[in-house]
Amino acid sequence: MNLKMFLKEHRQKKPRVFQDACKISCTMKCETRREKQGSQMRAWCHSSCVCPDDSTDINHDAADIFVEEIFREELRRELTLNCPGTSSAQAGRAAACQGCPNQKLCAAGAAATDPAEAAELRERLRGVKHIVVVLSGKGGVGKSTFSALLAHGLAADESKQVALLDIDICGPSIPKMMGLEGEQVHQSGSGWSPVYVEENLGVMSVGFLLSSPDDAVIWRGPKKNGLIKQFLRDVDWGEVDYLIVDTPPGTSDEHLSIVQYLSASNIDGAVIITTPQEVSLQDVRKEINFCHKVKLPIIGVVENMSGFVCPNCKKESQIFPPTTGGAEKMCQNLNVSLLGKVPLDPQIGKSCDKGQSFLSEVPESPATSSYRNIIQRVQEYCDQHHFQEEKII
Amino acid sequence: MEEVVAERSNLGGVRHILLVLSGKGGVGKSTISTELALSLRHSGKKVGILDVDLCGPSIPRMFKVQDNDVHQCDAGWVPVFVDQEKSISLMSIGFLLEKPDDAVVWRGPKKNALIKQFVADVAWGELDFLIVDTPPGTSDEHISTVEALRPYKPLGAILVTTPQAVSVGDVRRELTFCKKTGLRVLGIVENMSGFVCPHCSECTNIFSKGGGEELAKHAGVPFLGSVPLDPQLSQSLEEGRDFIQEFPKSSAFPALTRIAQQILDGALQRSS
Ligand SMILES: Nc1ncnc2c1ncn2[C@@H]1O[C@H](COP(=O)(O)OP(=O)(O)OP(=O)(O)O)[C@@H](O)[C@H]1O
Ligand SMILES: Nc1ncnc2c1ncn2[C@@H]1O[C@H](COP(=O)(O)OP(=O)(O)O)[C@@H](O)[C@H]1O
Ligand SMILES: [Mg+2]
Ligand SMILES: [Mg+2]
Ligand SMILES: [Zn+2]
Ligand SMILES: [Zn+2]
Repeated sequence: MNLKMFLKEHRQKKPRVFQDACKISCTMKCETRREKQGSQMRAWCHSSCVCPDDSTDINHDAADIFVEEIFREELRRELTLNCPGTSSAQAGRAAACQGCPNQKLCAAGAAATDPAEAAELRERLRGVKHIVVVLSGKGGVGKSTFSALLAHGLAADESKQVALLDIDICGPSIPKMMGLEGEQVHQSGSGWSPVYVEENLGVMSVGFLLSSPDDAVIWRGPKKNGLIKQFLRDVDWGEVDYLIVDTPPGTSDEHLSIVQYLSASNIDGAVIITTPQEVSLQDVRKEINFCHKVKLPIIGVVENMSGFVCPNCKKESQIFPPTTGGAEKMCQNLNVSLLGKVPLDPQIGKSCDKGQSFLSEVPESPATSSYRNIIQRVQEYCDQHHFQEEKII
Repeated sequence: MEEVVAERSNLGGVRHILLVLSGKGGVGKSTISTELALSLRHSGKKVGILDVDLCGPSIPRMFKVQDNDVHQCDAGWVPVFVDQEKSISLMSIGFLLEKPDDAVVWRGPKKNALIKQFVADVAWGELDFLIVDTPPGTSDEHISTVEALRPYKPLGAILVTTPQAVSVGDVRRELTFCKKTGLRVLGIVENMSGFVCPHCSECTNIFSKGGGEELAKHAGVPFLGSVPLDPQLSQSLEEGRDFIQEFPKSSAFPALTRIAQQILDGALQRSS
């Protein structure tokens, strides 16, 4: 399976309900048009169709412009009138919503998932016991590194089945970090099969669909959402104890989509990664607000790259100085737990580049023991979470 | 029709536009944008920075103007000025948020709408350089920015990477993006390459070394230099200080000024 085939498959699936509403050749636009006719503003919330062209989406501006016109208005309201936005729990209910032409629509839950779709995804993911999403508002802080090590750490117990899903569509690092570069996804009767590192550790990433390391996935949101949905719906994950989701930085399409698509499947929670400096923390606070907004529980925060011990003189330097108190202070202020701190260790980057697990490459180091502690805390949290759910049922 | 005219006039006084890109996050795009602006000011230029990182804007804080507001004038939005002389002006979504920790939870179309507005409606006035700082990736923000700026013929893009393979891999994809969108690559900067211990002067390659230079060679684009990991640099960015003015003896200074010099030369070449 590669990207071309993925897109071709989509072309075959194209004739959808909206076909007659549209004279443009792509389903994404269809949906947009349909939404316009119903004078609704939520085209983008649901548009999950994929344009059947190639991996470049640059020329599809006709539809975008129209959606953008609508959003200019919403944008104006949001910036000037404190409109809570369609993704908020306050949508349609805030003071600013009084008299807004879209109030009814927003109040009805514009951001909610189509129930039939959620049920379908839930059915597909029935065999998944725990889901952990790894997030950060900031890039390059070590999300993928942590996701990879969490997967390795959990899979060390051979009785557990672990799945790692990479939804960083434009910058997938997981194939390289797991030593799976150049691997391809295979298709079987029951869907796409993940690529296996070990018998009990399966991986899925857009990286497996690209034919060369230079291939760029130049996609706008709706197409990315389409692929994420496909990863959940069409991959044969089987029975899985832990599904770990690695994300790109930010609070945008990918993040909204994964939360939305998994809304019926009970996510255990999110692990948020940061580095100690304020430049990073300011983005991470936004991410925490995002979690509150979409009601995603926070397992805790990991402070990565915290301090560097010189291998020569053994003295410590703060390369990314915690000028505002680091993650510790932030966690206190926002009342979330700090799962641990991981120091800067050159060996981590090397292991990642070689596609090996740092935990087994360097079993004895401060960074390793810190990672192990954090992994254990995540595991305990999940067990606890599971237990609570059983009680509710 | 009217809008087109307004667009012309708002970017009409801008001589050169350049973008700072990277497929990878946290590699120092905003850092390079900031230091480049400071260096260019040092050479007597007037500079603007447009921050199109909508979910994680860093520029306001790096100049310590995060509490400023954007005002409206006849020509559009007035950028935020860093100094009395108005030699550096900024526009970022950070100035538009009610509370600094507000999350901008937006899908693509809304981001695109704001970017178009940023390109069309900010009254930059006369600028020698407009630097566009971007989020990581090759998605909505990038496509929209390049599209919206195309009529103004940007000078090109600076690609930033850290030395390790995970990051270089993402920048290879960014190169493809530039090729596909017809954006000239001004060169590659390798950031965070090597750390000199302030206690014993031993150099450790925390994120390995040489990946950026190798990529530049492989791709046949100029290599603009390696900027070492420098705690003085991260500290000044945290505090919003002028690193170029205050730390000419630090380890990152020579590389940063050399990058600015190459950009100046490139711009000069194009003007003539
Ligand atoms: N050469 C360097 N030495 C020390 N610290 C650095 C260096 N370059 C960048 N940093 C620090 O690394 C952090 C990340 O940099 P920056 O915010 O510029 O990255 P970015 O690529 O813009 O990230 P994002 O993709 O999240 O926008 C900042 O705290 C910055 O101060
Ligand atoms: N504690 C650490 N010490 C040294 N290098 C690290 C550490 N954590 C992460 N890295 C390196 O930093 C880079 C960025 O990490 P990555 O996981 O790709 O970030 P993200 O997924 O958040 O963009 C990788 O090369 C990784 O190996
Ligand atoms: Mg990553
Ligand atoms: Mg940035
Ligand atoms: Zn159509
Ligand atoms: Zn030392």
